[in-house]
Amino acid sequence: MAWAALRPVVKACIGGSLIGITISDRYFSVAAVHGGSMRPTFDGTTDGREYAVVKRSPLYDYSRGEVVVFVSPADHRSRTIKRLIGLPGDWVSVPEKEEIRKIPDGHCWVEGDNGSASWDSRSYGPVPLGLVQGRVTHVVWPPSKMGHVDKRVPPEGRVMPQRNL
Amino acid sequence: MSRFVRRFAGIPWRQIAGEAFSVGLLTAQGLCAVHVVSEHVLGVAFPRGPSMLPALNMAGDVLLTDKVSPRRGWVGPGDVVLLLSPEDPRKIVAKRVLGMEGDEVTYPVDAGNSDATKTVVVPQGHIWVQGDNIYSSNDSRQFGPVPYGLVKGKMSYRIWPPSRIGAIDSKE
Repeated sequence: MAWAALRPVVKACIGGSLIGITISDRYFSVAAVHGGSMRPTFDGTTDGREYAVVKRSPLYDYSRGEVVVFVSPADHRSRTIKRLIGLPGDWVSVPEKEEIRKIPDGHCWVEGDNGSASWDSRSYGPVPLGLVQGRVTHVVWPPSKMGHVDKRVPPEGRVMPQRNL
Repeated sequence: MSRFVRRFAGIPWRQIAGEAFSVGLLTAQGLCAVHVVSEHVLGVAFPRGPSMLPALNMAGDVLLTDKVSPRRGWVGPGDVVLLLSPEDPRKIVAKRVLGMEGDEVTYPVDAGNSDATKTVVVPQGHIWVQGDNIYSSNDSRQFGPVPYGLVKGKMSYRIWPPSRIGAIDSKE
């Protein structure tokens, strides 16, 4: 008796979650942002969570200056949001270490917008592109910050591009 | 003319649209179910290339890959895993895990030409992967330890060819 009443509900839930998971895997999803490493793009304050739309990119056709989400190279359970600075083959200068590094094949260079409070490629080096899950295109919450996330090309001289993308 | 209009109006459009919608929804759900199962539960892999000989053939093997273990952290030394190549994210490669984070790994620097070995400590969140066929494999010996996040599946069971059906053994 109870099953007869519950059946359509259960069916709708299963069907809905299948479609939902597929869309979030292949097309886009929404991610919460914490931490101050991306200020001013994301505030990362503790009182209000921020949410952003992450667009999947199965072809890994990222370009410099985009904000991307990737699995942290040090812990596969956490995801990180940073700005993509350099692509494979580029030379990147690291002012903190006073060196110039070449980004190896299949890797990228990521940095937070708030350079002083960001743990990024400057400390752990280039990140494999395979860890990148998608690009952050829009902020959806809080309403005051709602809008498109702009591309920001790194300052002149930081990156010597080897490929035009 | 009016007869045509009457016939046109007589077609049960609403019912047709409703049926088309439910068939479409069912198809979409079916495709989504295939995606969810193959990405999150159990996938099928067709590994090719000499790097995992003799555990995996050059070509023609069909394997079931367990997609749950990597996410739960159940991948350990000895397991054969599928991972996104750190050198090209569009490529997926099969290798054997030889060390987890914090492990010390000793590997031949130039297999076949010299006996020189090198010992490294695998950094946090990384694993050390190598092909079984050390003479013909592009692996951690060239590109170093890889982040665990690149592991997409664990090779668990061979379903083809029939003569070699069975679990893929995990050797320490």
